[in-house]
Amino acid sequence: MTSYRTPRSRAAGLGSAKHGVSTWIAERVTSVALVPLALWAVFAALRVAPMGYEGAVAWLYHPLNLTFSLLFAGLSFYHMGMGMAVIIEDYIHRRSTLVTLLLLNAFVWFGFGAATIVALLKVALATSVGVAL
Amino acid sequence: MRLIAVLSLTPFVAGLKGGWKSIFSWGEGMSDNVRRLPDRPTSPHLRVWRWHATMLSSILHRASGVSLYAGALILAAWAICLAVGPECYAGYMALLGGPIGKIVLLGLTAAIFYHTANGIRHLVWDAGKAFDPKFSDLTAIVVIAFTVAATAATWIIAGMTGGL
Repeated sequence: MTSYRTPRSRAAGLGSAKHGVSTWIAERVTSVALVPLALWAVFAALRVAPMGYEGAVAWLYHPLNLTFSLLFAGLSFYHMGMGMAVIIEDYIHRRSTLVTLLLLNAFVWFGFGAATIVALLKVALATSVGVAL
Repeated sequence: MRLIAVLSLTPFVAGLKGGWKSIFSWGEGMSDNVRRLPDRPTSPHLRVWRWHATMLSSILHRASGVSLYAGALILAAWAICLAVGPECYAGYMALLGGPIGKIVLLGLTAAIFYHTANGIRHLVWDAGKAFDPKFSDLTAIVVIAFTVAATAATWIIAGMTGGL
């Protein structure tokens, strides 16, 4: 295959950052995992909606519900962080705005993702509330 | 030096193609040449392309993705309120069950079904299959129909099981 690279661009190290493949694979792996998890999440929302506080706590105490909840939350936040980064990179061209929004996105998805997982674990592991039900 | 001299003359030579007048105004002469480029396929820009199913499905995929970003933050607030205690949880569920909350949740139900179903289309494309335009139009319509049906079914079930 012919290379369209000029010697100058090679010397200056222009071109891709050479780590796009891992991001591409991560997008696809989370997508595949989220197909059944998203359908489960709709089912779970239908189950939990009429339960009230104590019912929701008891529901989350069940290990299978907790596991799927953690997987759904964790993979969703990871997946949406990558998706939003692509949107920002597509539409924002001013360097300072681009970096600011990418940073903000990273903080939001990672921060709220961590908060969600901590909250779910706190509810499920606070056995004094969950066990009685 | 000769090379530089030739290069610096290039605009004049190019300008001649745009007629004699263009020699006296560089910018105009250059843009005349740009205009003469053959018509190339344009990218799917909103103002250039007519609406069709695959275009709509592509826009909806991004729109539903952004909606689900907000939906994840609503889920985060739900988990946090559940961890904080019964009062916070009751208040938050009342907010979600209110008129604005219901509209938002209805939209999110459609968004999660659409993004999941259309995501499967994207995964098939990533495998290098089903690129035929007619078939893509068909699957786009199938995904939209599925979204409407699944959203309606979910809300009917929610109504019957006391989830509303």
